[in-house]
Amino acid sequence: MVQVDAGTLFFAAIFTNNILLTNFLGLCPFLAISREVRSGLGLGAAVVFVMTCTAVLNYLVYYYVLVPLNLVHFRFILFIVIIAAFVQLVEMTIERYFPALYYVLGIFLPLITVNCAILGASLFLIIREYTLVQSLAYGAGSGIGWMIAIIAVGAIREKVQKSAKLPRGLEGPALTLIITGVMALAFIAFSGMIQIQ
Amino acid sequence: MFELLLSLLIMSGIAALLALLLEIADSYLADYGERRIVVNEQKDMVVEGGKPLLFTLMEQGIFIPSACGGKGTCSYCKVQVHEGGGPVLPTETPYLSPEELKTDVRLSCQVKVKNDLKIEIPEELFLVKEYRVRVERMEDLTPAIRGLHLRVIEPEEGITFKAGQYVQLEVPKYKRTSGPEYRAYSISSDADRHDRLELVITRVPEGAVTTYVHEYLKEGEELRATGPYGKFYLRESDRDILLIATGSGMAPIKSILHQLANHGIQRKATFFFGARTKSDLYYVDQLEAWEKAIPEFRFIPVLSRLTEEDRWQGEKGRVTDLIGKHLPDNPAVDVYICGAPPMVESCVALLLKKGLPEERVFYDKFE
Repeated sequence: MVQVDAGTLFFAAIFTNNILLTNFLGLCPFLAISREVRSGLGLGAAVVFVMTCTAVLNYLVYYYVLVPLNLVHFRFILFIVIIAAFVQLVEMTIERYFPALYYVLGIFLPLITVNCAILGASLFLIIREYTLVQSLAYGAGSGIGWMIAIIAVGAIREKVQKSAKLPRGLEGPALTLIITGVMALAFIAFSGMIQIQ
Repeated sequence: MFELLLSLLIMSGIAALLALLLEIADSYLADYGERRIVVNEQKDMVVEGGKPLLFTLMEQGIFIPSACGGKGTCSYCKVQVHEGGGPVLPTETPYLSPEELKTDVRLSCQVKVKNDLKIEIPEELFLVKEYRVRVERMEDLTPAIRGLHLRVIEPEEGITFKAGQYVQLEVPKYKRTSGPEYRAYSISSDADRHDRLELVITRVPEGAVTTYVHEYLKEGEELRATGPYGKFYLRESDRDILLIATGSGMAPIKSILHQLANHGIQRKATFFFGARTKSDLYYVDQLEAWEKAIPEFRFIPVLSRLTEEDRWQGEKGRVTDLIGKHLPDNPAVDVYICGAPPMVESCVALLLKKGLPEERVFYDKFE
């Protein structure tokens, strides 16, 4: 077990060990939806919510179902199934009871069912042997970190689209990857600050 | 061994539990009760809410055209939703122009019936009906194309369509699909025969409907179809007619030729049919018979991939290039084009460049 308190872990997951910028997980929705800040915000909020909940859910399932039954090798399948079922359930609930929220956030939910960052967070907390509280902090922190990254890139892309005249080959995903790369370089500078594994 | 079975059992159990949970949630959460839809301010219907508008209307006997089966990719199922549709979804915006957005146009497969709706659809869609058809005969026209001969058994008066229009054929659920699937196919038969429908269906790898037609469908089987749809049909005028097709795009052209032959229409008609090899040609006998029967009709097959053994005397190359060579500038013709999208697009571009006005070029892209 790692000796790092939940608050520090939360901070680390957002800034020094950002799941998107240091592990490069969850890139597909990131490239597709980061055209503007508004939709990035919606998708980001969905990721925060799902990642926090599934981190806790998967922690519980792993230690109270898979470990006692000696089925830990099935964790990949089960985690994915649980994430998918949870996302479905949340989508249905939001669509029914919070229509306004559904149009902002709900339509992005199916997109993140198979987001590898979500599964990644659940797997990291097993590999790094976090406790339940640490898992909660790590899940929430990773989600917020992912959201900050997509908002930052969305803002930069908005500005670039308005002011710069780009060669065609550089538009869209190409430029996004370059921006993300530069941002990742900046974030890697923090990487030694906090030991989280 | 026992352990392996046990672990499999436990995993399946957990998965089944989650599925059950979702199923229960679905029946409680996705139940929107009864909703009212007013169509064109004249038709008023009470429907079960929660499903996409496209399918709800279908249950009510109003058939909006759709080629992709409600997956939000073909953009055929546009209707105007004036009230109750909610905001436009990101899944729709790529298919809607600024004018369409202003006039409340939506994709009916994406709009769910959650509130009472007020919608507007083109009047002619009220003429679209559902038919029960029986497969009388199937023939393999080429290695990849199958001809389907269907008899309309319900309703009794049969189908009334214009030569060139299409129907949507529905095939039942089978091994590869989770429910009935339907796709659009042009009618190749004679529009004067109301009791029969002929379709020409190219095999698409992994295609849900085409695979069924090519591998599972049996003679004598009953299917359902809706139609007729489409604005691609023979227009009246006294200009010459230029017909261009590739692959199964021959289907609506054949229907148009039936019209020319049946009604003794005295317009000069030329039909260019592009294919890769000799084995991709079909209906050649029928077309040659028409060359004799219709006074000024010519059938010109064009092959792009020739081998020595073919001993081909006819035209070679791509159909677009041939037309570019043969057609004078500002030609006095009406053009009907049907087939794969790249061919249709390059032909249309070429014809417009030759000075043909847009309203005399009719086309149907087979995606």
